[in-house]
Amino acid sequence: MAFQQHKLGAAAIGGMLGLSMIITLMFPSFDFRSAESTWVGLDKSLSNGRVIGFSYEDPLVIGANKPITVILDKDPKTGEKIDPPMRAYVYEPGVPFAPAVRHPANTGPTVGQLSLSVGKMGEATEAEGAVFAINRGEVNGKDWDYIENLTALKGWTPADTLRAATDENTRYVGKGKTVYITEGCWWCHTLLPEQTQDWQIFGAPPMLGDFNGEMPTAFGSDRKAPDILHVASRNSSREWMDMHFFNPRLVQPNSIMPRFDYLWGEIDAHGNKIDFDKWRTEYKEYRAGTRIYPPEIPEYAGNSEVRALVDWILTSLK
Amino acid sequence: MLIKYLFAKNEDIPAGSSSVFFGFSAIFWFVIGTGLGSFNAAKLAFPDWVTGSEMFAFGHMRQVHVLAVILGWISMAFAMTMMYMTPALGNTKLWSEKLGLWNAFLWNVGLSVGLFLLWMGITSGREYSDIIWPVDIAIMFGVLLPLGINVWMTIAHRRTQGIYITNWFFGACVFFIIVVFAVGQSPELFNLTGLTEAYMTFWFAHNVLGLWITPVAAAIAYYTIPKLTGNPLYSHRIGHLHFWSIIAFYSTPASHHLMSAPLPEWLKSFASVEGVLILIPAVAFVANILLTMKGKWSMFVENIETKFSITGVLLAIPLNMQGGFQQTRAINWYIHGTGWIVAHAHLALLGMSTFLEIAAVYFGLQQILRRKLYSLALANFHYWFVLIGFCIYWISMTIAGLIQGAGKIYEVPYIDVVVAEHPYMIARWVGGTMVFTGNLVWLYNMYMTAREGTVVPAGRYAHEMAYER
Repeated sequence: MAFQQHKLGAAAIGGMLGLSMIITLMFPSFDFRSAESTWVGLDKSLSNGRVIGFSYEDPLVIGANKPITVILDKDPKTGEKIDPPMRAYVYEPGVPFAPAVRHPANTGPTVGQLSLSVGKMGEATEAEGAVFAINRGEVNGKDWDYIENLTALKGWTPADTLRAATDENTRYVGKGKTVYITEGCWWCHTLLPEQTQDWQIFGAPPMLGDFNGEMPTAFGSDRKAPDILHVASRNSSREWMDMHFFNPRLVQPNSIMPRFDYLWGEIDAHGNKIDFDKWRTEYKEYRAGTRIYPPEIPEYAGNSEVRALVDWILTSLK
Repeated sequence: MLIKYLFAKNEDIPAGSSSVFFGFSAIFWFVIGTGLGSFNAAKLAFPDWVTGSEMFAFGHMRQVHVLAVILGWISMAFAMTMMYMTPALGNTKLWSEKLGLWNAFLWNVGLSVGLFLLWMGITSGREYSDIIWPVDIAIMFGVLLPLGINVWMTIAHRRTQGIYITNWFFGACVFFIIVVFAVGQSPELFNLTGLTEAYMTFWFAHNVLGLWITPVAAAIAYYTIPKLTGNPLYSHRIGHLHFWSIIAFYSTPASHHLMSAPLPEWLKSFASVEGVLILIPAVAFVANILLTMKGKWSMFVENIETKFSITGVLLAIPLNMQGGFQQTRAINWYIHGTGWIVAHAHLALLGMSTFLEIAAVYFGLQQILRRKLYSLALANFHYWFVLIGFCIYWISMTIAGLIQGAGKIYEVPYIDVVVAEHPYMIARWVGGTMVFTGNLVWLYNMYMTAREGTVVPAGRYAHEMAYER
């Protein structure tokens, strides 16, 4: 056969798909590249680390090798008081840096440049670890948030910073976001108040620069539950969060949220084994009306998954 | 079993073996997928049912349901039909039966591994791209590329002058899914972040539907309806209008899934306009198939394969009417992220697409096995359970979505929306369970067909013969 229909057809199909990909992939990439990161974007990137979800550093997706966010009220080196307390992101030696640090262009042309020149971000190495913070500076009459490398600027080491913060002011944000991803919270909750009437209840929709360096964004598509992008602004009670995670029906009788009692793990804060069966029996009695108060929920251990999850909610979702 | 042919010589493998392997695998995954769907729906209606373990947590199972149905049932049913329709339409044999068998085998292995890891919570956290990238690479080379090579080589070695419309779709759509899969998974491989990642996730999600699931399902109908009725396709030209307009218009509207995200406004407007143009291929397809039925409408009642096929085509009408308009800004703001979208997604996958595939699997397995369907009564049971179950699901979720949309714009406290949706969540579970029950019966019916169905004599079609049971 001289005329091969499938050859002409294949060329036409390839050409059309190529054109479509130029319009829908290449053109938007120019817009995305020019987006300057906001404070929210820098905060998310620095507190999440390189990748949430499956990665070399965290193959079992348990939140291993993630940066730790701390709230500092005193200088880790000099011991001077810091008022108001500041937020810092501690990368212990070997923890992979956030995309914002690895690829300064990711944070936008101006912000990336500012972080390198003023913030000394380029001097940090993963082998030695580093402490980062977000500062504000002026370029051409406009204020920009940029990343500061406090290890280079102030000599703060990761170990000193963690010690100065103590457990009380340590927030396992990266690990908490990992729990959010693995437990599939995002199948029902969204992180995207819509640009319609939505924002009157759920708060302001995110802006263009709020996502730079975030992976995965996971803002959800199927809302079976309230949007939680700003949930900590509406409700900042850790006690309420704890009860709600253990059994949502304790604080909201009509909720259809699953129980996340298994995030407590085996051992409670005092090193005792958690007796879930006893709790369930007592809860059944409470539901049946033979008991006046519901049983107390166990206190979770400092390294439990639920602690990290609540840390993330109360720190990042404001 | 067919496993024994994996190491046989290609010439020694009976024609159609890979199709049978794919066919039974697809039905099996359909039973698994709908069973998980039913279980998940029960958890939404009754949250305190089965708790205390992450293995039975909704968040661990939802994505397993979605991907078992898309990659297990729908895509394997596509592969099954490609393995027998492509050679039949080219008047030739499948390029390599052995490659087809290995393809089916690796597909089952790869999907099992990927879904097991997802169930354990080992995920990339990207909707529809949840499977982690090492498994993605395995899917690329063990599943998609072998399928593509087999289809393309069979078309290239055809013994007909022209290429029938079904084969145009098959050849092009396998190419699309390979490109779309590679591009869609690239954020995980190259650590692309931020809005780029979000956009690429939905670029993939959209194009899997637009360039794989709906066009291949339509291509299947272009084969089954003329074959079953004996009428030639009403118009090959309208078929080509469908084919080329799908490529031109439906490869572009990905960002209409993210109308409320801070994407560039020009991109959203462009996507919205292109999205409405889905009506061109949709009308071309539905009209073409329904006009092909001319003079044979009694088969819609009397013949089980035609019944499934035409139901699927008819469901394409509300599907595309919703699909074309719900993504415009005028409507999207109301229904975005609500149960309406869930209903629409099930209309596409469980409604239109699944009905067309079920017909092709019924037809193909009977032809290849040379066995008449075991029981018409069970097949009718299957049809009505899937159809009624689907309708209950679709209607209840559409109503739930409208309630949710109203709650959104009138600023109703969210918990009141949850309470209002509760009856519809129960209805959703009932509908999903009916679909699952129907599929269990189908699996039994096809198994018995392979074992005990009446033998179809050479040169005859199974659907020409009378049922003996």
